[in-house]
Amino acid sequence: MKDWKPRIVGFLCNWCSYGAADLAGVSRMQYPPNVRVIRIPCSGRMSPKFILAAFMKGADGIWVSGCHPGDCHYMEGNYYARRKFALFKNLIEYMGIEPGRLHFSWISSAESTKFARVINEVTSAVKALGPRKHGIKTMPDELVKSKISMAK
Amino acid sequence: MSDYTSKIKEISERLLKEEKVEIIIGFRKGTVPMMNEPCFVKTPEDVKELVWDSNCGINLANYLTGRKEKIAIIAKGCDSRNIVTHIIENKIKREQLLIIGVPCKGMIDKNKITSMFENEIMEVSEDKENITVKGEGFEKTLNKNDVLQENCKICVHRNPVIYDELAADLIDEQKVDRYEDVRKIEAMSPEEKWSYFDDLLSPCIRCYACRNACPLCYCPTCFVDESMPQWVGKSIDPVDTRTFHLLRAYHCAGRCTDCGACERACPMGIKVRLFTKKLEKDCLELYGWQAGLSLNERPPLDTYRPDDPEDFIK
Repeated sequence: MKDWKPRIVGFLCNWCSYGAADLAGVSRMQYPPNVRVIRIPCSGRMSPKFILAAFMKGADGIWVSGCHPGDCHYMEGNYYARRKFALFKNLIEYMGIEPGRLHFSWISSAESTKFARVINEVTSAVKALGPRKHGIKTMPDELVKSKISMAK
Repeated sequence: MSDYTSKIKEISERLLKEEKVEIIIGFRKGTVPMMNEPCFVKTPEDVKELVWDSNCGINLANYLTGRKEKIAIIAKGCDSRNIVTHIIENKIKREQLLIIGVPCKGMIDKNKITSMFENEIMEVSEDKENITVKGEGFEKTLNKNDVLQENCKICVHRNPVIYDELAADLIDEQKVDRYEDVRKIEAMSPEEKWSYFDDLLSPCIRCYACRNACPLCYCPTCFVDESMPQWVGKSIDPVDTRTFHLLRAYHCAGRCTDCGACERACPMGIKVRLFTKKLEKDCLELYGWQAGLSLNERPPLDTYRPDDPEDFIK
């Protein structure tokens, strides 16, 4: 596992954290390339199903980022999201996902330095944990592929 | 318990005769011991079918979803809390309901009793604190407190929270530590937790009995039946099973009253309440919320406070 690189899925709110990623980019900031970004309309749009699906399909870490409380484009989406996240994070860790795999942050579109800092923190936390040991579902087609490669 | 039954019959007969309600939702004797079944009584003549004893663990709020007529429902503590939840989630109107409250002294766990005997149990009767179990070649008297359902042992809302009629005098509430088992799991390492739940869920056959028995599960299309995207596989793959249980519990976050219907319905005897109880504990600790106690408060995931805890957010 020497050349293992973590695969992290980042769900970023269109109105803030996604903009921060843009700003970090045009500002030529350096940050690890391990996060695959998915743009969501609001952190309130985050469904626990997204997180579970990503974990099930093999994501090593997940990071959800939205606007600071009070700054939501839809007034209160992130307030509702905060309660959902708190309960969900506790539940998923209660069931055996390591605490360093699931991250949340508030990053405004001006906070490109915070964006770079958080992405560093997330990546190093996930790197420290190493690859996932449990809970990745072997998809049927991957099974078929592995059978084919064995036959060869 | 016979005084409960006669009082329930008396109230029900009166309500039907006075045409205050169109149906009564209650329990009648089941065809096998310890399995009372829900029944809908529509005429005063059928009121004699109604019973009340320690085998009425099914949550009757489950039968209210979307009904239009005027209903009288027999409700123990947990049922009444689920009725409150149904009302605040607009699944039934308070004006439609006449709630016959039953202060509940706990329901017995049929699996626990069945596992005590090798031969088939033919008859179970009860008298206050004693449960007498009879079968071919044996007869034994058990203490009711030893064979209570797990959730009844730690119940802190035995009296109905809303009611229009009462079938008996209110009883004292218990003072117990509800979350001992949850704290035990919380103290484990992630690895231990993972294998603990692997073992816990390994007998699961994905029959969805826990979901069907739950009064909170009324979505038109359940997430397990969704396709495109299909969030949870339908196999008994351990990852799918775990995802199902996690999401099922999460759907009940801030709504679960720990009525135990899920655990009671599980044919494999899985302690599925361990998931919902964790959420219940968090809702209490983070938001000071207990489900189904008030008609005027919104459930925790339907509201927020600007100063909600957020120490887990960077």
